[in-house]
This record gives sequence, structure tokens and C-alpha cells, in this order.
Amino acid sequence: MMVVVVDILSWASFIVGGFFLFVGSLGMVRLVDFWARLHAASIIDSAGVGLILLGMMLQGGLSLVTAKLALIVLFLFITGPTASHAVANAAFMSGSRPHDMVEDVTAETPPKKTPSKSKKTKTASAAKAPKAATAAKSSKTTRKKS
Amino acid sequence: MMRAIVQILGLFALWLVMSGVYQPLIIIFGAISSILCVWIISRLGLVDDKAILQRFRFFAGLRYLFWLTVEIGKADWAVSKVILATVMPKQQRLIGVPARQKSDIAKVLFANSITITPGTVTVETEADHLIVHALTDEAADMAGLEDMGARVCDLEHPERREAS
Repeated sequence: MMVVVVDILSWASFIVGGFFLFVGSLGMVRLVDFWARLHAASIIDSAGVGLILLGMMLQGGLSLVTAKLALIVLFLFITGPTASHAVANAAFMSGSRPHDMVEDVTAETPPKKTPSKSKKTKTASAAKAPKAATAAKSSKTTRKKS
Repeated sequence: MMRAIVQILGLFALWLVMSGVYQPLIIIFGAISSILCVWIISRLGLVDDKAILQRFRFFAGLRYLFWLTVEIGKADWAVSKVILATVMPKQQRLIGVPARQKSDIAKVLFANSITITPGTVTVETEADHLIVHALTDEAADMAGLEDMGARVCDLEHPERREAS
């Protein structure tokens, strides 16, 4: 009886985790630009991996395998966000900004303590502006690639 | 000294879990290598007092982890709806979130908590605030983000919430 319940629970988490992995992968293809796709990857990082490993832990029962899987979850939950922050920060530093923004805190108040950095981003966005004005479609595609 | 002993025990426990081979020789190797690691770290002097929590509140941390898991679940569903929607919303924004944590590790915990919640990514860290990219209006909920920040502060200073 207990075995059946555990099996059902672990299959449920495999299926739901698989669903989130699928949705995340779909989002990587479907969403508009780099910044939105980052969030799709974030779904895979949290729900997809978490639920699949939870299902594995339920299959493992109370054993050393489960402890190791729990450590994998712990380390992935620390390194995953760190990696996506590194990617996002690199894009931010190189002057890439999400398009169709409704609010941009960095445009109004440039960072105070690092004047060289704010200058860099300003010139980068200024250099991008005429390009976007002349050929909106081509700049969109280039921004997607970057 | 106390901290070094805790570090050695922690590393040794990690060794025991990861190796799974419980023979005297292997266990002695584990003990020696964890002592050696802690000795090298303390000799390098890389860990300063600002980088760690002065006292870690274990049960409060566990409660925060549980709360964070629920929040991640909710945000996962919200972003999944955005991906599966027929029309993509154009609501991206970069917002500034105040980060009042004192120690570095608490700031890292806060920034990582924001990033792991789908819909929000920490883009840049300034001295007293984080710049966060939010995918939708729902994700850019300032009150929710500040509540998360307050919870991390609470892990750091238990007296702060009681005072306010």
C-alpha cells in the first residue's frame, strides 16, 4: 500500500516536473528577447530540476542515494541563480537592455558611485539609438543574438 | 577555534555522505583531508567577519526555505502562463529593490532568492540596492520583493522585526 502511494507521488512529481521542463524549453524558443528567455531558463532551474529530483528521492527511499540527491538539489539551488545572475550581469554591463520596457530605473538615475560604469552604459545605449531608429527590424535581430 | 571545529565537522559529514564507503582507511582519509582544508582556509585568511552570519538561526532558516519554496512554486506557475499565453505581454522593466542586509552572505541570499524565483532576475548589485529585471507586472510586485528582503533581514537580525 505504502509502495503504491510513494510510486504515485513520485510519478506525479516526474510528470509535473517534465511539464515544467517542457514549458521552460518552449519559453526559450518563444519569448521575445534575451531577458525574457532568462526567465524561461529560471523555470527549468527551479521547478523542472527540483520536481524531477524530488521524484527520484521518493524512488530512492530512505537511503544514501536520497541524501546525495538532496545535496544535488541544494547545490543546484545555489549555483543555478548565481550562473543566471552572471549571464544577466554580463548582458547588462555590455549595454544590452530589454526592449519594450515600461520602466527603467537605470535610465533615469545612473549609478552614483561608479561614474565610469554609467558613462560606459550611456555611450553604449547612445550608439545603439541611431541604429534602432534607422533599421528597427535588423537591430531587433542583432539584439536577440547578443 | 569553535568555527574551525564546526567547519571540520561539516566537511567531514559531507565526505561521509558523498563517499558511501565506510572502511577505516577511507574514513581516516576523510578526516585528514577535512582538517587540511580548514587549516589551509584559515591560513589564507579569506573569510572575514563581514562575510558570514554572526549566528545562524537554523529553524528560522528552515522556515524561510519553506516559504521560498512556496513562492517559487507560485512564480513558476505565473511565468508558465506567460509562456503558454497566445499574446506575449510587453511589461518588462528594470526596477531598484532596496537591500538593507548588513552581511555579505545575507545580501547574496537575498539576490539569489530573487533570481531563483522565476519572473525576476537580479541584474546588478549596488551598495544599498539591487537592480532587478522583472518579466511581468505581477513579478514586479514591489511589496512582495520588499517582504522577501525583510524576511532575509529577519534571518540576520531577529530584533529588527520585533522593534518595528
